[in-house]
Amino acid sequence: MEEWMKMKVSLFITCLAEMFYQNVAKDVVEILERLGCDVDFPKGQICCGQPAYNSGYRKDAQKAAKQMIKSFEHSEFVVTPSGSCAAMFKEYPELFKEEPEWRKRAEAVAGKTYEFTQFIVNVLHVEDVGAVYPASATYHTSCHMIRLLKETEAPFKLLKNVKGLELLPLENSYDCCGFGGTFAVKMAPISEQMVDEKIQHVEDSTATLLIAADNGCLMNIKGRIDRKGKPIEVKHIAQILNTRAEGRN
Amino acid sequence: MPMKIGEKPFFGRVDDALENNFMRTAMASAQDRLRGRKLDATVRDEQIGDWEEWRSAGEEIRRHTLENLDYYLEQLSENFSRKGGHVYFADTAEDATRYIQEVAKKKGAKKITKAKSMVTEEIGLNEALEEIGCEVFETDLAEYILQIDDHDRPSHIVVPSLHKNKEQIRDTFRDKAGYTGTEEPRELTAFARSQLREVFLQADIGITGCNFAVAESGTVSLVTNEGNANMVTTYPDTQISVMGMERLVPTWKELDVMVNLLSRSAVGQKITTYITNLTPQLTEDSVDAPKEFHLVILDAGRSNALGTEFQSALHCIRCAACVNVCPVYRQIGGHAYGSIYQGPIGAVLTPILGGYEEYGELPFASSLCAACTEACPVRIPLHEQLIRHRENYAAQKGRTGERLAMKAFGIGASTPALFQGAVKGLPAIMKPLAEDEGISSGPGPLKLWTAVRDFPAPGNGNFRSWFKNHKQEGDS
Repeated sequence: MEEWMKMKVSLFITCLAEMFYQNVAKDVVEILERLGCDVDFPKGQICCGQPAYNSGYRKDAQKAAKQMIKSFEHSEFVVTPSGSCAAMFKEYPELFKEEPEWRKRAEAVAGKTYEFTQFIVNVLHVEDVGAVYPASATYHTSCHMIRLLKETEAPFKLLKNVKGLELLPLENSYDCCGFGGTFAVKMAPISEQMVDEKIQHVEDSTATLLIAADNGCLMNIKGRIDRKGKPIEVKHIAQILNTRAEGRN
Repeated sequence: MPMKIGEKPFFGRVDDALENNFMRTAMASAQDRLRGRKLDATVRDEQIGDWEEWRSAGEEIRRHTLENLDYYLEQLSENFSRKGGHVYFADTAEDATRYIQEVAKKKGAKKITKAKSMVTEEIGLNEALEEIGCEVFETDLAEYILQIDDHDRPSHIVVPSLHKNKEQIRDTFRDKAGYTGTEEPRELTAFARSQLREVFLQADIGITGCNFAVAESGTVSLVTNEGNANMVTTYPDTQISVMGMERLVPTWKELDVMVNLLSRSAVGQKITTYITNLTPQLTEDSVDAPKEFHLVILDAGRSNALGTEFQSALHCIRCAACVNVCPVYRQIGGHAYGSIYQGPIGAVLTPILGGYEEYGELPFASSLCAACTEACPVRIPLHEQLIRHRENYAAQKGRTGERLAMKAFGIGASTPALFQGAVKGLPAIMKPLAEDEGISSGPGPLKLWTAVRDFPAPGNGNFRSWFKNHKQEGDS
C-alpha cells in the first residue's frame, strides 16, 4: 500500500499497558500495521485520568485530561486497547463543562477515539485478521466497553474468525469482575468476592483461556487466578489476534 | 426505626454480610431469576414496542414533573382538599410522625393496619405509633414476616424480606406466632392470611404509602400484588397515605406509562395484580370511601437535591431494577448499606437524605460498572451521580493522604518526563518483589491489592524505545 493511502492512527497505549503489558502494546501496533495503518505514538501521552476522576478528584483528573487532549488533538484517529480508557476520553467534554475552550478541544478528541476492536471492525471494516489460536476460550465483556462505549459486538466478530479458537459462553458475563480501579483496594473484601464469582463462572465454562479487551479487568482476574493457582490462561484480545498460521506468541 | 439500619460501621456491616452465606446465595439467585423475568417483560416483549422509547418517555415525564414540582404539588393538594381530604406538608420525618400521631390520638385509634411502604420505614412511623400506645400491623407478607421477627429491617425496597428463606420464615412463624405447619410457601401464606384477616376487620386506621399521586384528580395510586392494600384502605374509617414529595404525575395518562415502567422493571410483570386508585370523595353517597383521608407529603431532605446535579435522583420510582443488577448488592445484600434504601439508588439517595457524615462510604460501594444506569427505567445516570457524590465527599472529607496522592497523580499525569522516568524506574523498584511474573506481597497501597491477588511485575523492556526502533526499522 502506498504511504499516502494509509490510515493514520495514533496509538493511545494506556498507562497500564505501558507499565505492565508492553507485549500487548506491541501486538496492537503490529496488528494495526498489518491492517494497513500508519501508527504513530504521541509522546506526551500518560494516563486518561480515571484513577482521580472515579475517586472524586476532578481537578486532578482534569490535569491528566488536558495532557491527553494536547497529545492527541492533532491525530486523525485515536485507538486504544481498552474500552474503559476510551470511555474516559468520551467523558472529557463533561469533565470540562465549565471551560468552553477545553470542552471544544475535548469533544474533538472524544469524537475520533475508538477502542481497538471497535476500530478494526467498525472503521477498518475487517472481521478476519487471519489469526490462528487453537484453544478453548471464554470472553469477559468489560463493563465500560459494553455499557459506556456500548460496543457489544466487535470483539466477538473478531474472535469468531480466529482459526482453531473455540469460544464458550460465560454465565453472568454481564456482571463486573470487581476491578473498578480504586474500588479494588478501597472495597477490597467486596471486590474479592466479585472476582471469585467471576472466576467460578470461567471455571464452569470449562475454558482454559480467558480473553478480554481491558487490561484493568485482566490484571484483576489474572492476579486472582494466579494467586489461587488455577490452570487458566488470561490474555488480552490483541495477543490472540496477533497470531499467524506459522505460530507466533 | 428510621432510615438507618444497624449500629456497626460500614466495613463491620460488610463483614457480617460476607459471612452470611445463606443470604448471599439468596441474593444471587433472586438476581438471576429476576433478570430473565425483567427481560421478558421489557426488551423481549414485542407487544409494547421499543422498550428504550418507554424509558425515554419515563425520563421525560419524571423530568417535567420535577422541574414543575411546586405547580403539581399545589394542584395535587388543591384537588385532594377540594374533595374533602386533608393534606399535610411535612418538612421533616418528625413533623410527619407527629402529625400522624395527632390523627391517631384524635381518633382514639388502638389498631392500625399498614400496607407496604418504604417511606413510612424511612420516618420510623411504626415506632412513633407504638410510642403512643397503638398496635401496628404490617399486612404486606414480606413486611409482616419482618415485623414479627422482632422488627427485622428491609433488605430490598420491593421485596423487603429477600434475605430470608422459607425455612427461616417457618421458624419465625413457629417461634413468634405459634405456627405448626411446614415451610411450604402456600401454607405459610395461608397462615399469615388467617392471622391478618381478623386484624383488617378491627383496624381503626389504615396507612399506606403512595406509588404515584395524580395531580389532576388528587388521587393516590397504589401498585400492589397481594390485595392487602385494598383491605387496609376499605375497612377502617380513617386512611392516611404518606408520600415522598416527588412521587407524583401530572395526569392519568402519565400514570399509565409509569405503572408500566414500574411493574415491568421491578419484578418483570406485564401488569401488576392490583392498581388501586384512591381519591377522597367524602360525600354522603360515597359508600366505600373512608370518612377521613389524610395525605402526608414528605420532604425530609428531598429538597436538598432540587436544583442540584442530584435532582434526577428524585426521578426514582422505587422499582429496584438497579438493585437487582448490582454486582455489589449481589455480594453484600441490603443490610450492609446501613439504609433502608440499598443498592445503587440507595448509595445515591441515602447521602442526599442523611448526609455524608453518616453515609459517606456508600457512594464508594460501587465498581462504577454502570449496570444500574443501564437498568433504570427512567434513565437516572446512577453511576455518574455516585461520582458526583465522591467529588463532594473528597472536597469535604477526603483524607489528607489520599488528597496528596491524587495531587501527585495529577502532577505525574501531566508531566511526561516524570511519568517516563517512573516507567523506566519501575522494573528496578519492583523486580525485587517479583517471583516469576507476579508480585504476591507489596508495600504500601499495593498491600491491599496483594492481600488477595498477585500484582503484575513490570514487563521487560520499554515500549517507547521498542516503538522508536520499530519505526526506524520500518523506514529503512
